[in-house]
Amino acid sequence: MQIVVDLNRCQGYAQCVFLAPQVFELHGEEALLYVPTVPDGREEHVRQAVAACPVQAITAGEQAGGDSGAR
Amino acid sequence: MPGEARGARRDGRIVIVGASLAGLRAAETLRDEGFEGELTLVGDEPQLPYDRPPLSKLVLLGKAGAEDCGLPARRPIDARWRLGVPASGVDAAGKSVVLADGERLPFDRLLIATGTRARPWPVPGEAALEGVFTLRTSADAGRLVAALDAGPRRVLVIGAGFTGSEVASACRERGLEVTVAERGRAPLIGALGGTVGDWATRLQRAHGVDLRCGVTVTALTSAGGRLTGAEFSDGSRIEADVAVVCLGAVRNTEWLADSGLAAGPRGVACDAGCRVFTMYGIVTDDVFVAGDVARFPHPLFEYQLIALEHWGNAVAQAEIAAHNMIAPGPLRRPHLAVPSFWSGQFGLNIKSVGVPTFSDQVVIAQGSPEERRLVAVYGYRGRITAAVTVNRAKWLEHYRRLIESAAPFPPGPGAADHLADLEPVPSDVPDPRVLTHGPTVALTGHLPDRRLTLVRHDG
Repeated sequence: MQIVVDLNRCQGYAQCVFLAPQVFELHGEEALLYVPTVPDGREEHVRQAVAACPVQAITAGEQAGGDSGAR
Repeated sequence: MPGEARGARRDGRIVIVGASLAGLRAAETLRDEGFEGELTLVGDEPQLPYDRPPLSKLVLLGKAGAEDCGLPARRPIDARWRLGVPASGVDAAGKSVVLADGERLPFDRLLIATGTRARPWPVPGEAALEGVFTLRTSADAGRLVAALDAGPRRVLVIGAGFTGSEVASACRERGLEVTVAERGRAPLIGALGGTVGDWATRLQRAHGVDLRCGVTVTALTSAGGRLTGAEFSDGSRIEADVAVVCLGAVRNTEWLADSGLAAGPRGVACDAGCRVFTMYGIVTDDVFVAGDVARFPHPLFEYQLIALEHWGNAVAQAEIAAHNMIAPGPLRRPHLAVPSFWSGQFGLNIKSVGVPTFSDQVVIAQGSPEERRLVAVYGYRGRITAAVTVNRAKWLEHYRRLIESAAPFPPGPGAADHLADLEPVPSDVPDPRVLTHGPTVALTGHLPDRRLTLVRHDG
């Protein structure tokens, strides 16, 4: 599972940091850092973070084009 | 619903050249809106689409691998992918894209989303030295992070735009000594002007960056093919094992040189609906453009053509372009999004709405240059055109609305932490030609890229 956060939209509410701390962290007061490739076993936490984000800034899904045979 | 689907072009062949953020989001939007025809994505890099902003932040900090930044799919797109091969031309009359390996891809509609590449160090012999890097692709980031992992004694960053400043920040966070060289008066001055640039100067120095402004790098020195240091225009010199060339971006338009389209060094010119102009200024109806390579008119900035190297613009413009590729004329939409971007550096969250370089004055509405927080509001001829926040992102939405409604500048009371001294000062936007770093917003004006040459087609 891959994630991307629209950091224009992100307001630093940090719900994702509480729900999936292995994936999201705050760098300073409000700069969000995240691991784009979700570690195995953390997918459910990320799904909860996606749902909980007050500004709906997180997109999660399989690698784009990964099902196409392209590489 | 009457009218909605009438005239929609849901079949046929669409080719998207550029398989990064804009190309991918356009492909997804096409399928979302019901395109059922053949879809091909062409990309010069061998990788599936990945996200670039983490490369200069997370990846350099060692928190993610350079190859781990793949973009998630919003939906399946049922496309044919041609990766690792660049497009070399467009036959506009014959309606096909020519690839570097000779393959021809016929299209009914074409989307150009070829973006930009890193501007290389201008001396090829020095650019090829071991220890000299640029940062644009995941391969670039992988090479650079390996060099930083090796523990260089000093890193030289050439150019103090956003990329250069983020690289410097990552180096300091890793405990590496870093020198930043910038020909302009201050870091970030090309995007944010001198008033906020002076704040960035203090920020970098407070974090231990050896910041040298007003100088150029006159030579990269070497021994045995390896970088050893640099000489500056003020006569000084440093030793460095790594140099990161952050001179800004070059738009990938060379492949369109013979296409008859309005493509040049400043980008591919298009109308408000992302339809590309021919070199005569006549709008096409089958060639569209989106992302960093596009040069489009924006009503908030006096319809001046602007090119934005912004993540958010790539997404928003791709969605508009894709919609317009299949929607019938009356249902097409203009690309009117207010430009916005962010940068993370030195533990701070810098965000912007509007175009700060489209300004003559600025007021500091919150915080002060001495603090690690700031709200700067920019104005041009008495109206608000941009706002920049540092660790105050929640206030940006307020200013976005003021920009969209062309509210008067200086702003009235509200969203400021002090009522006195909202005194405008010059925003001090320099001529981009005097900078080392290329600004990430180019106000490219109304002028064509070059003198027009009249070409007559036979028949």
